Amino acid sequence: MEKLKEAFYNALIVDQRYMAYLGGIKVTVLISLLAIALGIAIGVLVAVVNVSAANSKMKWISGICNVYITIIRGTPLMVQLLIIYNLIFTSRNTNEIVVGAVCFGINSGAYVAEIIRAGIESIDKGQMEAGRSLGLNYIQTMRMIILPQAIRNILPALGNEFIVLIKETSVAGVIAVTDLTKAAQYIGSRTWDILPPLIIAAACYLVMVMGLTKLLSVFERRMARGDRN
Amino acid sequence: MIETRNLQKAFGSHKVLDGIDITIKKGEKVVVIGPSGSGKSTFLRCLNLLEVPTGGEIWFEGNNITDKKTDINKMRQKMGMVFQQFNLFPHLSVMENITLAPVKLGMMNQQEAEQKALELLKRIGLTEKADAYPNQLSGGQKQRIAIVRALAMNPDVMLFDEPTSALDPEMVGEVLDLMTQLAEEGMTMVVVTHEMRFAKKVATRILFIDEGKIVEENVPDEFFDNPKHPRLKEFLSKIL
Repeated sequence: MEKLKEAFYNALIVDQRYMAYLGGIKVTVLISLLAIALGIAIGVLVAVVNVSAANSKMKWISGICNVYITIIRGTPLMVQLLIIYNLIFTSRNTNEIVVGAVCFGINSGAYVAEIIRAGIESIDKGQMEAGRSLGLNYIQTMRMIILPQAIRNILPALGNEFIVLIKETSVAGVIAVTDLTKAAQYIGSRTWDILPPLIIAAACYLVMVMGLTKLLSVFERRMARGDRN
Repeated sequence: MIETRNLQKAFGSHKVLDGIDITIKKGEKVVVIGPSGSGKSTFLRCLNLLEVPTGGEIWFEGNNITDKKTDINKMRQKMGMVFQQFNLFPHLSVMENITLAPVKLGMMNQQEAEQKALELLKRIGLTEKADAYPNQLSGGQKQRIAIVRALAMNPDVMLFDEPTSALDPEMVGEVLDLMTQLAEEGMTMVVVTHEMRFAKKVATRILFIDEGKIVEENVPDEFFDNPKHPRLKEFLSKIL
C-alpha cells in the first residue's frame, strides 16, 4: 500500500509532474474541440450535398462524397494521421496540434456525414414539401426545417462519435504532439514505472468523456421540446 | 389564373397524367374527384411543381412556371398548399409555424407576422394554442393551423390535397367549415377530396379525373344529377 502511494506520488507530484498532465489535457481538449468543430462542418456539408445531389442530375457530386467517406472509413486513423502529417510537414514550421486537429476533423467528418445523412433521411418527406410549398428554397428548408429535426434525432449517435473522437486523439502522439497519453508515457519513462501515469491518464479521459456525456444529455433535453406524437 | 396545357406526368413508363388541359379563373372553387390512383393528387401537386411534369406547360398569373427560368419559390409564395398529413413543423410552436415563412422570406417583420398570425388564430378560435407544439393538438386543430399557415402568406390560390382524409370523422366538420368560409370570402381554391357534400355545396366546378385524364367536368348540380360518362356514373353509384 505504501509502495503504491509512493508510485502515484512519484507519477503525479514530484517535479510538478501534474503540470505535464495538465499540458497534455490542454492539447487533447484543443485537438478534440477543433476536430469536433471541423467534423461537424464537413459532416453537415457532405451529408447535405450527398442527399440533395443523389436526387438530381448531378449524381457525380454525390459520387465524390461517397469516395471520401469510403476512403476515410476504410483506412486506419493512425495511417491517415501519418500520411497527412508527412504530407504537410514537408513544408516545415507547421503546428502539430493544428495538423492533428485537421486530420481528426477530416476523419470524424466522414462518420458525422453518414450519421447526419441517416438523420435527414429519417425526416418525413412531407416536411420538405411543406417548406417548399411555402416558398422557402431548398437550402432554407434544409436549414430551418429538416436539419433541426434531424439533429435532434441523431444526437445520441453524434454524441457517441464525439466520445470516440476524444479517445482516438490518444494516437496523436505519433506525430510528435504531446497530448495526454504522450505526457503520461514521458512521465513513465522518467520514473521507470509506466503503470501509474497511464492510470492517471485513463482517469483524465474518463472525466472528460463523462463531462461531455453530461453536456450532451442537457442538450438533448433542451431539444426535446415539441417531441413525440 | 392557372392554366395547364397538355400537362403530362410519368413515373418511369407509368403515365399518371395524360394530357390535362384546364383553365382555372380567379375566384373559382374547383373540386377534383376520382378513384384512387387516378392521378388527382399528382395533378394538384404539379400545379406548384412539387411534382415536376414530364410534359406540357403550367401557367400561373401570366408566368410559365414549367419554364426553368421562372423563380418557382416566388410563385409558390402565392400558392398556399394544405396536405393530407398536415405537415406542420413539429420542432416549432404554432406561432413559429405560421410566422416562419413570411418573416424569412422578407414579406413581413416578426411583429407584423405575429399580429397576422394572432388574427388568423383568433378567427379559428385557437389563440390559446399559439405557444403549443403541434403534438399537443388534435388532428382537426393541426389541419386548421396548417391552413392558417398557408393563409399567412396571403396566397392568391389555395391547393388542398385531401385535407380531411387523415382526420377522425368527428374532426372533418371543423376543417370543412373553415374551407367553406374561405370559399365564401372569394379565395380561389383547388381541392382534391372525397367529401361529396362539400363538393356539392362549395364547388363552382367539379372535375372527374380517371387514368390521368379529365373524363368529365361540370357544375355541381349537373355533375351529380346528370353524369354523362359511364365511368363517372359508375363511380358516383359506388360512393353516393
